[in-house]
Amino acid sequence: MPLLEVNGLSKSYQPGNPILKDVSFSVEEGEFVAVIGPSGAGKSTMLRCLNRMVDIGEGQVFFDGKDVGAQNKRGLRDVRKNIGMVFQHYNLVPRLTVIENVLHGRFGYKSTLQGVLGRFTEAEKRKAFELLEKLGIAEHAYKRCDQLSGGQQQRVGICRALIQDPKIILCDEPIASLDPNSSKVIMDHLKTISIEFGITCIVNLHQVDVAKDYANRIIGLKKGEVVFDGPSLLLTPQFTDEIYGMKTAVETRELITV
Amino acid sequence: MNETVLKKRKFQMTMLFLGVIVLTYLSAWVTDYGFVSSLEAVPGAMLWMASNLLVNGEALGKLPDIMEKLLETVFMSIAATTIAAALSLFLAIMGSKTTMVNRAFGAVSRFVASLSRNIPVVAWSLILLLSFGQNSVTGFLALFVGTVGFLTRAFIETIDEAALGSVEALRATGATYWQIVSKAVVPQGLPQMVSWVLFMIETNIRSATLVGILTGTGIGYMFDMYYKTMNYEVVALITITIVLAVILIELLSTRIRKVIL
Repeated sequence: MPLLEVNGLSKSYQPGNPILKDVSFSVEEGEFVAVIGPSGAGKSTMLRCLNRMVDIGEGQVFFDGKDVGAQNKRGLRDVRKNIGMVFQHYNLVPRLTVIENVLHGRFGYKSTLQGVLGRFTEAEKRKAFELLEKLGIAEHAYKRCDQLSGGQQQRVGICRALIQDPKIILCDEPIASLDPNSSKVIMDHLKTISIEFGITCIVNLHQVDVAKDYANRIIGLKKGEVVFDGPSLLLTPQFTDEIYGMKTAVETRELITV
Repeated sequence: MNETVLKKRKFQMTMLFLGVIVLTYLSAWVTDYGFVSSLEAVPGAMLWMASNLLVNGEALGKLPDIMEKLLETVFMSIAATTIAAALSLFLAIMGSKTTMVNRAFGAVSRFVASLSRNIPVVAWSLILLLSFGQNSVTGFLALFVGTVGFLTRAFIETIDEAALGSVEALRATGATYWQIVSKAVVPQGLPQMVSWVLFMIETNIRSATLVGILTGTGIGYMFDMYYKTMNYEVVALITITIVLAVILIELLSTRIRKVIL
């Protein structure tokens, strides 16, 4: 059984203006999937439907055998604690320290009271430091997050997702606000995670080249529809042209080579 | 095209300016307010203040009494503000779009805030005076109610501005509502909120004097009493102590703000 299965997912925020139209795909454990497509194609909405940060319109999402759309509050919490999420704008609490932000990833496993009082076990704290060490930001553990650079903050975001012990990590444009060097660092880390820990990654990207370099599989979205789904190697220029519309594809490639 | 837009804007500005002048003139005419005659009255008023509002030795003898009442007023303002802040925080969490539990709660909390904010403190004191009588609880409640309205509004804005991204992230980790509120919303908004509370304490010490005059409590009552018995020396002393107290509190809160922000 695949880890994640999406069946005929449709979503619209306003009636008559669908964001996603009948999206279906499934993801096996350990896959590294990139979702590409122009702005407004529905990438973010699709990603957020997977852990129901956005309510599912029509269709079903199965995660680890559970129907995500049919879960009650507690069930949804169980689903979410197994799904890590990384954001374009990192979404950390800027005034708190790095280590505090990382430990936030454990809230899914804690009772409300334990969370509110900030009771973390020694093992959890040790794990947090190990992860920081692994991502090369251990020396910043006690700094406030707003003192860190964008790339460093994104690494904190990845640590926060990893400490959840997730089966899958969803990344929504993780490198869209970063410079090329930090982007490479972040993408390398994501790749390492997927290989070393065997965690499945679904990454929204709008850089086709990056997607081809890192992902095993690419899903192309255009106006809410899947127009490409297959191994990265098969994503020929014709397909990118179709996904982005001819002119944009050329422009995108130029931007990346700069 | 562009030029016509600019011309139109210029025309609008001119009309607005003319409108304000006409309005000023009209309101002066309706209320029978004479600009020149009121200017003429200024030297006389100054002279009266200079000759009557002089602190003398006899007035200074009242200083311990005044200080006692002043402290009572200051503490009442602080108590009213901090207790109101606790309630406001709750209302703001319910009322903010980011952390709203459901629409009904949100609407109720915003309505409560709006109601208590839009009735002026003076009106509150008079209303509460009738229902609670002349005691310090009335003054306390008048300040409390007005503060809740203002602080809820300010806190809602603080929360909306501060916490959107991290709330989303924590929701995605499976955190519960109160975990999110206590670990993302409150820590991020806290300095801003403390700053609003300090501002409100300053404002309330000023309002407390007025509320005191109306409800017959604290330093305001003392002011009113000496004013009505035409003991202007004491009135002057009371005014000076109030001013000094407000300045002191302002300096203190500027300090605190610098430390926490």
